[in-house]
Amino acid sequence: MMHPRRMVTIVTEAALERDLTLELDALGARGYTIADVRGRGSRGIRSADWAPAGNIRVEVICDADTAERIAERIRARFYDHYAMILFVQDVSVLRPEKF
Amino acid sequence: MSGIDPVILFFALGVAAGLLHADLKLPAAVYEFVSTVLLLAIGLKGGVELSRDTGGLPGQELLALLALGFLLPIPAFLIARYLGRVSRPDAGSLAAHYGSVSVGTFAVVIAYLTTRGIDYEARAPVWVVLLEIPAILVGILLARGLSGDVDWRRLSRELLLGRSIVLLIGGLLIGWISGPEGTRSIQPLYFGLFKGVLTLFMLEMGLIAAAQLATLRSKAVFLFLFGVGVPLLFGCAGALLARLLGLSVGGVTVLATLAASASYIAAPTAIRTAVPEANPAMALTASLAVTFPFNILFGIPLYERLAQTLLN
Repeated sequence: MMHPRRMVTIVTEAALERDLTLELDALGARGYTIADVRGRGSRGIRSADWAPAGNIRVEVICDADTAERIAERIRARFYDHYAMILFVQDVSVLRPEKF
Repeated sequence: MSGIDPVILFFALGVAAGLLHADLKLPAAVYEFVSTVLLLAIGLKGGVELSRDTGGLPGQELLALLALGFLLPIPAFLIARYLGRVSRPDAGSLAAHYGSVSVGTFAVVIAYLTTRGIDYEARAPVWVVLLEIPAILVGILLARGLSGDVDWRRLSRELLLGRSIVLLIGGLLIGWISGPEGTRSIQPLYFGLFKGVLTLFMLEMGLIAAAQLATLRSKAVFLFLFGVGVPLLFGCAGALLARLLGLSVGGVTVLATLAASASYIAAPTAIRTAVPEANPAMALTASLAVTFPFNILFGIPLYERLAQTLLN
Protein backbone atom coordinates (compact mmCIF):
# COMPACT_ATOMS: atom_id res chain seq x y z
CA MET A 1 0.00 0.00 0.00
CA MET A 2 1.53 3.32 -1.09
CA HIS A 3 1.01 6.66 0.63
CA PRO A 4 1.54 10.06 -0.97
CA ARG A 5 4.19 12.38 0.48
CA ARG A 6 6.30 15.30 -0.77
CA MET A 7 10.02 15.29 -1.37
CA VAL A 8 11.74 18.67 -0.95
CA THR A 9 15.13 18.84 -2.66
CA ILE A 10 17.53 21.68 -1.88
CA VAL A 11 20.81 22.16 -3.75
CA THR A 12 23.07 24.73 -2.13
CA GLU A 13 26.50 25.67 -0.79
CA ALA A 14 28.13 23.18 1.56
CA ALA A 15 28.88 26.04 3.97
CA LEU A 16 25.17 26.18 4.79
CA GLU A 17 24.82 22.56 5.85
CA ARG A 18 24.65 23.23 9.55
CA ASP A 19 22.33 26.24 9.38
CA LEU A 20 20.09 24.37 6.98
CA THR A 21 19.77 21.17 8.96
CA LEU A 22 19.07 23.09 12.17
CA GLU A 23 16.31 24.90 10.29
CA LEU A 24 14.88 21.63 8.92
CA ASP A 25 14.80 20.10 12.38
CA ALA A 26 13.00 23.14 13.72
CA LEU A 27 10.45 23.02 10.90
CA GLY A 28 9.46 19.47 11.74
CA ALA A 29 11.37 17.37 9.21
CA ARG A 30 11.67 13.85 10.56
CA GLY A 31 14.86 13.15 8.65
CA TYR A 32 16.89 14.09 5.60
CA THR A 33 19.59 12.77 3.27
CA ILE A 34 22.59 14.86 2.23
CA ALA A 35 24.90 14.20 -0.71
CA ASP A 36 28.01 16.06 -1.93
CA VAL A 37 27.39 17.22 -5.46
CA ARG A 38 28.80 19.58 -8.07
CA GLY A 39 27.42 21.47 -11.02
CA ARG A 40 26.81 24.87 -12.54
CA GLY A 41 24.18 27.50 -11.96
CA SER A 42 23.58 31.24 -12.05
CA ARG A 43 26.38 31.76 -9.52
CA GLY A 44 28.98 29.93 -11.62
CA ILE A 45 30.58 26.52 -11.44
CA ARG A 46 30.47 24.82 -8.06
CA SER A 47 33.35 22.45 -8.62
CA ALA A 48 33.56 20.87 -5.15
CA ASP A 49 37.36 20.71 -5.52
CA TRP A 50 37.77 21.82 -1.94
CA ALA A 51 35.65 22.91 0.98
CA PRO A 52 34.67 26.52 0.07
CA ALA A 53 33.60 25.41 -3.44
CA GLY A 54 31.52 22.52 -2.11
CA ASN A 55 27.88 21.93 -2.93
CA ILE A 56 25.32 19.72 -1.24
CA ARG A 57 21.93 18.28 -2.13
CA VAL A 58 19.52 17.84 0.76
CA GLU A 59 16.42 15.69 0.35
CA VAL A 60 13.56 15.71 2.83
CA ILE A 61 10.46 13.55 2.60
CA CYS A 62 7.54 14.97 4.56
CA ASP A 63 3.83 15.78 4.41
CA ALA A 64 2.49 18.57 2.24
CA ASP A 65 2.16 21.11 5.07
CA THR A 66 5.72 20.63 6.24
CA ALA A 67 6.99 20.88 2.67
CA GLU A 68 5.17 24.19 2.34
CA ARG A 69 6.63 25.51 5.59
CA ILE A 70 10.14 24.43 4.62
CA ALA A 71 9.91 26.08 1.20
CA GLU A 72 8.62 29.38 2.66
CA ARG A 73 11.17 29.58 5.42
CA ILE A 74 14.17 28.53 3.33
CA ARG A 75 13.27 31.04 0.67
CA ALA A 76 12.92 33.88 3.14
CA ARG A 77 16.14 33.12 4.95
CA PHE A 78 18.60 32.00 2.28
CA TYR A 79 17.52 32.85 -1.25
CA ASP A 80 18.86 36.41 -1.39
CA HIS A 81 22.48 35.70 -0.65
CA TYR A 82 23.28 32.10 -1.41
CA ALA A 83 23.58 29.83 -4.40
CA MET A 84 20.45 27.76 -3.80
CA ILE A 85 17.62 26.03 -5.60
CA LEU A 86 14.67 24.22 -4.06
CA PHE A 87 12.00 22.07 -5.69
CA VAL A 88 9.21 19.78 -4.52
CA GLN A 89 8.09 16.48 -6.01
CA ASP A 90 5.28 14.06 -5.23
CA VAL A 91 6.55 10.72 -4.04
CA SER A 92 5.02 7.56 -2.64
CA VAL A 93 6.19 5.87 0.53
CA LEU A 94 5.50 2.50 2.12
CA ARG A 95 5.58 3.56 5.76
CA PRO A 96 3.70 6.86 6.23
CA GLU A 97 4.42 6.98 9.96
CA LYS A 98 8.12 7.58 9.19
CA PHE A 99 7.53 10.77 7.25
CA MET B 1 68.33 25.76 -13.67
CA SER B 2 69.18 25.12 -10.04
CA GLY B 3 67.84 27.37 -7.35
CA ILE B 4 64.14 27.34 -8.13
CA ASP B 5 62.39 25.40 -5.42
CA PRO B 6 60.32 22.49 -6.80
CA VAL B 7 57.54 23.53 -4.40
CA ILE B 8 57.12 26.73 -6.42
CA LEU B 9 57.32 24.84 -9.71
CA PHE B 10 54.54 22.46 -8.64
CA PHE B 11 52.38 25.48 -7.92
CA ALA B 12 53.21 26.87 -11.37
CA LEU B 13 52.29 23.51 -12.90
CA GLY B 14 48.91 23.62 -11.17
CA VAL B 15 48.26 27.19 -12.35
CA ALA B 16 49.26 26.35 -15.92
CA ALA B 17 47.15 23.17 -15.98
CA GLY B 18 44.20 25.09 -14.57
CA LEU B 19 44.48 27.97 -17.03
CA LEU B 20 44.78 25.56 -19.97
CA HIS B 21 41.81 23.50 -18.71
CA ALA B 22 44.04 20.43 -18.70
CA ASP B 23 42.55 17.09 -17.74
CA LEU B 24 43.91 17.34 -14.21
CA LYS B 25 41.75 17.35 -11.13
CA LEU B 26 42.62 16.10 -7.68
CA PRO B 27 39.62 14.80 -5.74
CA ALA B 28 38.55 16.90 -2.76
CA ALA B 29 39.48 13.98 -0.50
CA VAL B 30 43.11 14.23 -1.65
CA TYR B 31 43.23 17.91 -0.76
CA GLU B 32 41.77 17.13 2.67
CA PHE B 33 44.29 14.33 3.24
CA VAL B 34 47.30 16.28 2.08
CA SER B 35 46.42 19.33 4.16
CA THR B 36 45.77 17.08 7.18
CA VAL B 37 49.27 15.58 6.88
CA LEU B 38 50.82 19.06 6.55
CA LEU B 39 48.98 20.46 9.57
CA LEU B 40 49.86 17.45 11.73
CA ALA B 41 53.48 17.57 10.55
CA ILE B 42 53.81 21.26 11.41
CA GLY B 43 52.26 20.65 14.83
CA LEU B 44 54.37 17.55 15.53
CA LYS B 45 57.60 19.27 14.52
CA GLY B 46 56.85 22.17 16.86
CA GLY B 47 55.86 19.80 19.66
CA VAL B 48 59.01 17.70 19.36
CA GLU B 49 61.20 20.82 19.41
CA LEU B 50 59.31 22.23 22.39
CA SER B 51 59.83 18.99 24.32
CA ARG B 52 63.59 19.53 23.94
CA ASP B 53 63.84 23.06 25.23
CA THR B 54 61.31 24.20 27.77
CA GLY B 55 61.34 27.87 26.90
CA GLY B 56 57.58 27.88 26.42
CA LEU B 57 55.69 30.88 25.14
CA PRO B 58 56.62 34.16 26.86
CA GLY B 59 53.54 35.99 28.17
CA GLN B 60 54.33 39.23 26.38
CA GLU B 61 54.66 37.34 23.09
CA LEU B 62 51.23 35.78 23.59
CA LEU B 63 49.66 39.18 24.23
CA ALA B 64 51.51 40.85 21.35
CA LEU B 65 50.35 38.18 18.89
CA LEU B 66 46.74 38.36 20.03
CA ALA B 67 46.89 42.15 19.72
CA LEU B 68 48.31 41.78 16.20
CA GLY B 69 45.47 39.42 15.29
CA PHE B 70 42.81 41.79 16.58
CA LEU B 71 44.38 44.94 15.06
CA LEU B 72 45.42 43.85 11.54
CA PRO B 73 41.86 43.73 10.17
CA ILE B 74 41.26 47.40 10.96
CA PRO B 75 43.69 48.95 8.42
CA ALA B 76 42.64 46.30 5.90
CA PHE B 77 39.00 47.29 6.38
CA LEU B 78 39.76 51.01 6.06
CA ILE B 79 41.84 50.50 2.91
CA ALA B 80 39.14 48.36 1.29
CA ARG B 81 36.27 50.63 2.33
CA TYR B 82 37.77 54.04 1.59
CA LEU B 83 40.46 53.43 -1.04
CA GLY B 84 38.78 50.52 -2.77
CA ARG B 85 35.23 51.82 -2.26
CA VAL B 86 33.89 48.32 -1.76
CA SER B 87 30.70 47.72 0.22
CA ARG B 88 30.88 47.40 3.98
CA PRO B 89 30.24 43.61 4.04
CA ASP B 90 32.92 43.08 1.39
CA ALA B 91 35.39 45.30 3.27
CA GLY B 92 34.71 43.34 6.47
CA SER B 93 35.21 40.09 4.59
CA LEU B 94 38.54 41.29 3.12
CA ALA B 95 39.60 42.44 6.59
CA ALA B 96 38.85 39.01 8.05
CA HIS B 97 40.74 37.19 5.28
CA TYR B 98 43.81 39.45 5.42
CA GLY B 99 43.98 39.75 9.19
CA SER B 100 43.87 35.98 9.54
CA VAL B 101 46.63 33.65 8.33
CA SER B 102 47.28 31.02 5.68
CA VAL B 103 48.62 27.70 6.89
CA GLY B 104 49.71 26.87 3.33
CA THR B 105 51.95 29.93 3.24
CA PHE B 106 53.25 28.99 6.68
CA ALA B 107 54.20 25.53 5.38
CA VAL B 108 56.06 27.14 2.49
CA VAL B 109 58.05 29.53 4.70
CA ILE B 110 58.98 26.62 7.01
CA ALA B 111 60.21 24.63 3.99
CA TYR B 112 62.04 27.73 2.73
CA LEU B 113 63.90 28.26 6.03
CA THR B 114 64.66 24.54 6.46
CA THR B 115 66.18 24.37 2.97
CA ARG B 116 68.43 27.30 3.79
CA GLY B 117 69.39 26.00 7.22
CA ILE B 118 67.92 29.03 9.00
CA ASP B 119 66.64 28.25 12.51
CA TYR B 120 63.33 29.56 13.76
CA GLU B 121 61.52 29.38 17.08
CA ALA B 122 60.04 25.93 17.71
CA ARG B 123 56.83 27.50 19.01
CA ALA B 124 56.03 29.05 15.62
CA PRO B 125 52.97 26.79 15.08
CA VAL B 126 51.48 28.36 18.21
CA TRP B 127 51.64 31.73 16.45
CA VAL B 128 49.46 30.32 13.68
CA VAL B 129 46.89 29.18 16.23
CA LEU B 130 46.90 32.60 17.94
CA LEU B 131 46.63 34.59 14.71
CA GLU B 132 43.99 32.59 12.88
CA ILE B 133 40.79 33.44 14.75
CA PRO B 134 40.83 37.00 16.21
CA ALA B 135 40.88 38.71 12.81
CA ILE B 136 37.88 36.73 11.60
CA LEU B 137 35.83 37.87 14.59
CA VAL B 138 36.92 41.50 14.08
CA GLY B 139 36.19 41.31 10.35
CA ILE B 140 32.65 40.07 11.04
CA LEU B 141 32.21 42.81 13.63
CA LEU B 142 33.36 45.46 11.13
CA ALA B 143 30.97 44.11 8.51
CA ARG B 144 27.93 43.69 10.72
CA GLY B 145 28.38 46.05 13.64
CA LEU B 146 27.46 45.06 17.17
CA SER B 147 23.76 45.01 16.45
CA GLY B 148 23.99 42.31 13.79
CA ASP B 149 22.24 39.02 14.53
CA VAL B 150 25.43 37.02 14.72
CA ASP B 151 25.49 33.99 16.99
CA TRP B 152 28.92 34.78 18.46
CA ARG B 153 29.01 31.79 20.79
CA ARG B 154 28.34 29.30 18.07
CA LEU B 155 30.73 31.07 15.72
CA SER B 156 33.59 31.09 18.24
CA ARG B 157 32.99 27.44 19.00
CA GLU B 158 33.07 26.48 15.33
CA LEU B 159 36.21 28.54 14.74
CA LEU B 160 38.00 27.07 17.74
CA LEU B 161 37.07 23.57 16.62
CA GLY B 162 38.03 24.21 12.98
CA ARG B 163 40.28 21.53 11.57
CA SER B 164 43.44 23.62 11.28
CA ILE B 165 43.32 24.57 14.96
CA VAL B 166 42.45 21.03 16.10
CA LEU B 167 45.16 19.40 13.98
CA LEU B 168 47.86 21.95 14.84
CA ILE B 169 47.21 21.79 18.57
CA GLY B 170 46.75 18.02 18.42
CA GLY B 171 50.06 17.62 16.57
CA LEU B 172 51.83 19.96 19.01
CA LEU B 173 50.56 17.98 22.00
CA ILE B 174 51.41 14.59 20.49
CA GLY B 175 54.90 15.77 19.53
CA TRP B 176 55.45 17.36 22.92
CA ILE B 177 54.27 14.28 24.87
CA SER B 178 56.07 11.70 22.71
CA GLY B 179 59.27 13.70 22.23
CA PRO B 180 62.02 13.02 19.70
CA GLU B 181 62.40 9.36 20.69
CA GLY B 182 58.73 8.49 20.78
CA THR B 183 57.99 10.02 17.40
CA ARG B 184 60.97 8.37 15.69
CA SER B 185 58.85 5.66 14.03
CA ILE B 186 56.40 8.19 12.51
CA GLN B 187 58.99 10.75 11.48
CA PRO B 188 59.45 9.27 7.97
CA LEU B 189 55.84 10.12 7.12
CA TYR B 190 55.55 13.53 8.76
CA PHE B 191 59.10 14.91 8.58
CA GLY B 192 60.71 12.86 5.81
CA LEU B 193 57.85 13.26 3.35
CA PHE B 194 56.92 16.82 4.37
CA LYS B 195 58.26 18.48 1.27
CA GLY B 196 56.90 15.81 -1.05
CA VAL B 197 53.43 16.18 0.44
CA LEU B 198 53.83 19.95 0.22
CA THR B 199 54.40 19.66 -3.55
CA LEU B 200 51.07 17.82 -3.94
CA PHE B 201 49.40 20.50 -1.86
CA MET B 202 50.95 23.21 -4.04
CA LEU B 203 49.81 21.48 -7.22
CA GLU B 204 46.24 21.54 -5.92
CA MET B 205 46.64 25.15 -4.76
CA GLY B 206 47.76 26.07 -8.27
CA LEU B 207 44.66 24.47 -9.76
CA ILE B 208 42.40 26.23 -7.26
CA ALA B 209 44.13 29.60 -7.78
CA ALA B 210 43.73 29.29 -11.55
CA ALA B 211 40.02 28.46 -11.21
CA GLN B 212 39.60 31.42 -8.85
CA LEU B 213 41.41 33.75 -11.25
CA ALA B 214 38.58 33.26 -13.73
CA THR B 215 36.16 34.93 -11.29
CA LEU B 216 38.27 38.09 -11.06
CA ARG B 217 36.27 40.59 -13.07
CA SER B 218 34.82 43.54 -11.25
CA LYS B 219 37.30 45.45 -9.12
CA ALA B 220 40.16 43.46 -10.65
CA VAL B 221 42.67 46.32 -10.48
CA PHE B 222 41.83 47.17 -6.89
CA LEU B 223 41.93 43.53 -5.78
CA PHE B 224 45.33 43.09 -7.41
CA LEU B 225 46.76 46.21 -5.71
CA PHE B 226 45.12 45.25 -2.40
CA GLY B 227 46.41 41.66 -2.68
CA VAL B 228 49.99 42.84 -3.13
CA GLY B 229 50.02 46.07 -1.09
CA VAL B 230 48.42 44.79 2.09
CA PRO B 231 50.82 41.82 2.48
CA LEU B 232 53.81 44.17 2.06
CA LEU B 233 52.41 46.54 4.67
CA PHE B 234 51.44 43.76 7.10
CA GLY B 235 54.69 41.88 6.47
CA CYS B 236 56.64 44.97 7.63
CA ALA B 237 54.38 45.32 10.67
CA GLY B 238 54.86 41.64 11.54
CA ALA B 239 58.64 41.90 11.10
CA LEU B 240 58.87 44.99 13.31
CA LEU B 241 56.78 43.36 16.03
CA ALA B 242 58.91 40.20 15.82
CA ARG B 243 62.04 42.34 16.14
CA LEU B 244 60.64 44.06 19.24
CA LEU B 245 59.89 40.63 20.72
CA GLY B 246 63.53 39.70 20.15
CA LEU B 247 62.94 36.80 17.77
CA SER B 248 65.65 35.21 15.62
CA VAL B 249 66.08 35.87 11.88
CA GLY B 250 63.98 32.79 11.13
CA GLY B 251 61.34 33.86 13.65
CA VAL B 252 61.12 37.37 12.20
CA THR B 253 60.73 35.87 8.72
CA VAL B 254 57.99 33.50 9.88
CA LEU B 255 56.02 36.16 11.75
CA ALA B 256 56.32 38.63 8.86
CA THR B 257 55.06 35.93 6.49
CA LEU B 258 52.16 35.06 8.77
CA ALA B 259 51.12 38.72 9.09
CA ALA B 260 51.38 39.09 5.31
CA SER B 261 49.42 35.94 4.52
CA ALA B 262 45.67 35.83 3.96
CA SER B 263 43.28 33.07 4.99
CA TYR B 264 41.48 31.00 2.37
CA ILE B 265 39.88 28.24 4.46
CA ALA B 266 38.80 29.37 7.92
CA ALA B 267 37.82 32.93 6.97
CA PRO B 268 35.72 32.16 3.85
CA THR B 269 33.79 29.45 5.67
CA ALA B 270 33.01 31.62 8.70
CA ILE B 271 32.24 34.73 6.64
CA ARG B 272 29.91 32.88 4.31
CA THR B 273 27.41 32.20 7.07
CA ALA B 274 28.08 35.22 9.30
CA VAL B 275 28.13 37.88 6.55
CA PRO B 276 25.87 36.53 3.78
CA GLU B 277 25.83 39.85 1.90
CA ALA B 278 29.56 39.72 1.22
CA ASN B 279 30.53 38.50 -2.24
CA PRO B 280 32.45 35.30 -1.43
CA ALA B 281 34.45 35.41 -4.66
CA MET B 282 35.99 38.82 -3.96
CA ALA B 283 38.07 38.11 -0.86
CA LEU B 284 38.80 34.53 -1.89
CA THR B 285 40.13 35.61 -5.28
CA ALA B 286 42.36 38.28 -3.78
CA SER B 287 43.63 35.86 -1.16
CA LEU B 288 44.16 32.83 -3.41
CA ALA B 289 44.90 34.18 -6.84
CA VAL B 290 46.94 37.26 -5.87
CA THR B 291 48.29 37.15 -2.32
CA PHE B 292 49.17 33.46 -2.00
CA PRO B 293 51.28 33.40 -5.21
CA PHE B 294 52.78 36.80 -4.39
CA ASN B 295 53.88 35.66 -0.95
CA ILE B 296 55.40 32.36 -2.00
CA LEU B 297 57.17 33.80 -5.06
CA PHE B 298 58.33 37.22 -3.90
CA GLY B 299 57.12 37.87 -0.36
CA ILE B 300 58.96 35.19 1.60
CA PRO B 301 62.45 35.99 0.16
CA LEU B 302 61.68 39.67 0.75
CA TYR B 303 60.62 39.12 4.38
CA GLU B 304 63.76 37.07 4.95
CA ARG B 305 65.93 39.89 3.64
CA LEU B 306 63.99 42.34 5.80
CA ALA B 307 64.64 40.08 8.80
CA GLN B 308 68.38 39.96 8.02
CA THR B 309 68.47 43.76 7.72
CA LEU B 310 66.55 44.30 10.96
CA LEU B 311 68.81 41.98 12.93
CA ASN B 312 72.14 43.19 11.60
